[in-house]
Amino acid sequence: MAVIAEPVAAHVKRSSLWTRAFESRNFLGAMFMVPAIAILILFLAYPLALGFWLGMTDTKIGGAGRYIGFANFVSLAKDSVFWLSVFNTIFYTVTASIVKFAIGLYLALLLNEHLPFKSMIRAIVLLPFVVPTVLSAIAFWWIYDSQFSIISWVLIKAGLITRYIDFLGDPWNARLSVVAANIWRGVPFVAITLLAGLQTISPSLYEAANLDGATNMQRFRHITLPMLSPIIAVVMTFSVLMTFTDFQLIYTITRGGPINATHLMATLSFQRAITGGNLGEGAAISNAMIPFLVAAILLSFFGLQRSRWQQGGRD
Amino acid sequence: MSSVQIRDVRKSFGNFEVLHGVSIPIEDGQFVVLVGPSGCGKSTLLRMLAGLENITSGTISIGDRVVNNVQPKERDIAMVFQNYALYPHMTVGENMGFSLKLRNASSDEINKRVKRAAEILALSPLLDRYPRQLSGGQRQRVAMGRAIVRDPQVFLFDEPLSNLDAKLRVAMRTEIKELHQRLKTTTVYVTHDQIEAMTMADKIVVMHDGIVEQMGTPLELYDKPENQFVAGFIGSPAMNFLKGHVRVNGVATFEGPNGVKLPLKNAPANSDGRPAVYGVRPEHFTIADDGADAEIIVVEPTGSETQVFAKVGGEQVVAVFRERHQFNPGDKVRLKPDPSLIHLFDDATGKRL
Repeated sequence: MAVIAEPVAAHVKRSSLWTRAFESRNFLGAMFMVPAIAILILFLAYPLALGFWLGMTDTKIGGAGRYIGFANFVSLAKDSVFWLSVFNTIFYTVTASIVKFAIGLYLALLLNEHLPFKSMIRAIVLLPFVVPTVLSAIAFWWIYDSQFSIISWVLIKAGLITRYIDFLGDPWNARLSVVAANIWRGVPFVAITLLAGLQTISPSLYEAANLDGATNMQRFRHITLPMLSPIIAVVMTFSVLMTFTDFQLIYTITRGGPINATHLMATLSFQRAITGGNLGEGAAISNAMIPFLVAAILLSFFGLQRSRWQQGGRD
Repeated sequence: MSSVQIRDVRKSFGNFEVLHGVSIPIEDGQFVVLVGPSGCGKSTLLRMLAGLENITSGTISIGDRVVNNVQPKERDIAMVFQNYALYPHMTVGENMGFSLKLRNASSDEINKRVKRAAEILALSPLLDRYPRQLSGGQRQRVAMGRAIVRDPQVFLFDEPLSNLDAKLRVAMRTEIKELHQRLKTTTVYVTHDQIEAMTMADKIVVMHDGIVEQMGTPLELYDKPENQFVAGFIGSPAMNFLKGHVRVNGVATFEGPNGVKLPLKNAPANSDGRPAVYGVRPEHFTIADDGADAEIIVVEPTGSETQVFAKVGGEQVVAVFRERHQFNPGDKVRLKPDPSLIHLFDDATGKRL
């Protein structure tokens, strides 16, 4: 052994700094992380930091701005359109999320039963998720059109109403219309994710509950809901985040109108920053979304975090 | 507690019939074990008894009530599942009290009954734990506790020990038997392990390919198997089978493979030259000068006994000896079956002669 060990030691002594670096765990580890860190900095950290910085300046398109501290936020605080957009965003998020959850859970439970044509129904449920957002938004725009709306046409032919409904001309009609479009688009994600969760619940738990004397409702209340709660937490967090930051649907269907009744914070930010040219103010509106998003994440993190029964091991 | 009657029960999945008319009477307080190889329909039968599968034809009654169309929750039965099916989001206590809670029992009543069941099963210190924090044997006991708390007419066990390691399985076997002796509740127990069946049952039902091959007490099945399947299934190591012919010329003998002569106590009437299967349990061989020639292949000592694999008439047989013989592979010995303990089966039908 000693005979073999000696030449190795000599070799290490002779090797260059470069060779030794590549034999070091720490150096290699750092090297392997460089690409990931570079991507994170370039595409996540830099835009976020730039957004923060722009929000503190009066930058306009075509001109470098100056640092003005919190002046953008102060003026936004007095801006009624901004507060309307905050209200719209919250209304849009809360209403759409609740309805998406209810319909999604219903569909998931339905698809978890033995139905005829199950795989076909499952494919149909996924359809809204597959269609590009802008395409479906244009379809909704057409459905909500003041003159050619198919809904109004059907209702008039059925004799239920006498005048075409002004879906996108009236503030509340418009709000509810875009909420409906968002629900249509968001339900598949909730339904399919919850269905995946339902399928992980062992059938023998239902059989045991059945023998224990549980009714259908009790099985849902005592088995399905608690077993599904971790998936519900994840899917609803995602759903809330995606709804809160929605842009495409609104921008395509209403562009924030009528009289800013459907402006979300995201669309208002885009309008002020890109269309209006006030990059600083637009960035400030975007930054104002952050506290809401953080609050939503924390709520789901603490309120619905892994319960004690899910954690493994002994106490 | 109740008796259970299974009468001519059939079960088909689509066009495929898995149970071909099974009738099993179960007396009040009896411990009945359904045993058979996988796919024999024993678990399906148990699930039909529980109400988890529909009955295609025939009747099942619990007590004097036919339960074919009675919902599982109204059958007053408790079942222990193979994977235990404990509710992971409930503590041990909540798991055990769940059925009482569903029946709107008062919390005092629930506490009292859960506590009593926990004491019987030595689960008292674990009542606040979650199933994930328990070992396999503890989970098994919680599943039994959940059944006991109900105080049902019938206990059903669906291969409850198959997920446990060998040592724990033996311990739980005793525990279940002790529990039955204490509670005397009618029990139907499904297993594929014939040792579990032999050790626990008042009555064993051997099933195979959707029919009942034989039922009886463990020793009846061991001593007088009705056919070759039961003979081979009950007992470990399994019974040796040698094909050949019955010879009756003065003394009844059995002519085995390659003309090897094996003793018969008495031959069935008019059976000279009849093709048959000679069955002898490994523990019924002795070493004797008038035995059949055998060449030893492998010797497996287990301490309490020694299993010897040998060739008799070119066929491999296994013999078990409690005495400590000094054998080596290649040794020639003379193995003699005890003629009063051998079994003869019809060559074509496998029925006992």
